Amino acid sequence: MATLTTQRGPDRSSTPTPARTTVRQRLSRLDVAVSPYLYITPFFLVFLLVGLVPLAYTVWVSLHRWTLGGPDPEFLGLDNYVRLLGDEVFWNAVGNTVAIFVISSSTQIAAALWIAVLLDSRIRARTTFRMGVLLPYVTSLVAVGVIFSNLFSDENGLVNAVIEGLGLDPVSWHRDQLPGWIAVATMVNWRWTGYNALIFLAAMQAIPRDLYESATIDGAGAWNRFRHVTLPMVRGTVIFVVITSSIGAMQLFTEPMLFTPGPGGNNGGPSRQYQTVVMLMFQESFSNMKLGYGATIAVALLVIILVIALMNFLLSRLIASDSVAPSRRRLRRRAEGGATR
Amino acid sequence: MTATIPASTLPEPAAVAGGRPRFAGGKGSRRASRWTYLGLIMILLASMFPLYWQFLIGSHTVDKFYQQVPPLIPGGFFWQNAVRVVDTVEFWRALANSFLISGVITVSVVTFSTLAGFAFAKLRFRGRNGLMAFVVATMAIPTQLGIIPLFMVMREVGLVGSVWAVILPGLVTAFGVFWMRQYLASALPDELIEAARMDGCSMIRVFWHTAVPAARPAAAMLALFTFIMAWNDFMWPLIVLSPANPTVQTVLNQLQAGYAKDWPLVMAGTTMATIPLIVLFVVFGRQIVSGIMSGAVKG
Repeated sequence: MATLTTQRGPDRSSTPTPARTTVRQRLSRLDVAVSPYLYITPFFLVFLLVGLVPLAYTVWVSLHRWTLGGPDPEFLGLDNYVRLLGDEVFWNAVGNTVAIFVISSSTQIAAALWIAVLLDSRIRARTTFRMGVLLPYVTSLVAVGVIFSNLFSDENGLVNAVIEGLGLDPVSWHRDQLPGWIAVATMVNWRWTGYNALIFLAAMQAIPRDLYESATIDGAGAWNRFRHVTLPMVRGTVIFVVITSSIGAMQLFTEPMLFTPGPGGNNGGPSRQYQTVVMLMFQESFSNMKLGYGATIAVALLVIILVIALMNFLLSRLIASDSVAPSRRRLRRRAEGGATR
Repeated sequence: MTATIPASTLPEPAAVAGGRPRFAGGKGSRRASRWTYLGLIMILLASMFPLYWQFLIGSHTVDKFYQQVPPLIPGGFFWQNAVRVVDTVEFWRALANSFLISGVITVSVVTFSTLAGFAFAKLRFRGRNGLMAFVVATMAIPTQLGIIPLFMVMREVGLVGSVWAVILPGLVTAFGVFWMRQYLASALPDELIEAARMDGCSMIRVFWHTAVPAARPAAAMLALFTFIMAWNDFMWPLIVLSPANPTVQTVLNQLQAGYAKDWPLVMAGTTMATIPLIVLFVVFGRQIVSGIMSGAVKG
């Protein structure tokens, strides 16, 4: 850290008028003492006002019957929470959110790993390919929702046209539950797979190349090199991507909302087949004007996310403290042992 | 809020930084085979296809689209459809609003993050470690769940319908502060600061002459990611803005909700909305790639 001397160099402080120097020195000392706080104040002030205070106030709202533009709020205590726990619509939304996350993250991680392996080999036009996989990430989010809603149209959609071309029955993407989940997960994956592939690629490039060489000498094929060298070495990164993306997935809103063409997107399909928790929060608060119950859903979701964040924190400590280093050592030993054998 | 960075964009320090520094140049473990290129080209096509598709649909007339098999070659009606988009919704206004909102948020996030990051990385003050731990802890907290009270406040102060209601919650992010702190901690030598102090610089001049030049690469990355995030924010603008004063994202939602049967109109709209980001990508794509790969943390 910088050790900031509050006094000037000796040659300068010996100016003819001692009184002025003192004032200057004092000012300088004040400058050093106060500046750090001045620099961090804008962040904390704004963050508290528009971030944390509203979040805390959400808890207070959730204890009321609070109608947008309606009569004065009525204190209910924990009634909203009791109602929430018995609310099938809420649990349906939780189930949808989790199901979409499981479908999307499992396929996405596998695809991202595969893409990263491809990008990790010696290829021409490296930058072009890397930028290519990232293209979906910079596309307008709502546009993605609209485009995929069209691709997955129940009638005349391209996906169904291909399926019918293969001689199969068309799928009711907008009417059935599992197909709806798959379609929404596909949207999410289209946008994020390339992004995560680049994160995995960065992790793969940190793997010492001699590990691959020893494995090859050992007679390991491409699959075995991936299985026994690459995968264990990027395991930590994969776990982090899964956990951090799960926090984002719990807040999934735009993609399923846009998946329904026409008005009423926040219902998540005619029988709420793909309504997520945030969509329900949005619907209760701003379509049904029930701010109190909407806030209750927000608090429930916050609790879920904080639990995930806590898991993330604990896991990161676990991995940082013992898993990664020993596994790397073990690997090198295994690779070396293999080479001598 | 606006600039809440989706969790998956938060590169994990321990995950990415662990390991050796990257080697320079193309040092793959194996030479790429034909299959590798085939796979990569397939992925590239999959990345581009939906974007091609929107232009395809957007360049046909409605009746063409109701043929059994959708046409795979663009038609000649894109301009007509684009004109219809402009006539149907406040498209230019949406575009201007999105640029204004994303621009102001980007400048603000980068400025305040650099200031706070500099203080946390290089200055000594009471409570520094505690406050920094607070910043890190809040990165995981989804502030977008506070939209209900935020909406009440905006209604109270009469900002509903104004772009400022969208800008205000996005002015700072915890992630930005964390990002700049991590970068400046290693990129800005203490000696430089001391030398500037010796020369009689005030703290703000020290910041301006040492931290700002050193922070430039990280600030550019933060600016790009913040801009994309702010541009794509949807839920909050949808709540707080009216159809008369929309952003690009909410105007597309209007098209989708109101003219669902008119796919060429809707898709011409999405194509037009995608163009600014494609331009951004062509100009800065390289930096965005290396930003993701360097994963926030250096050292």
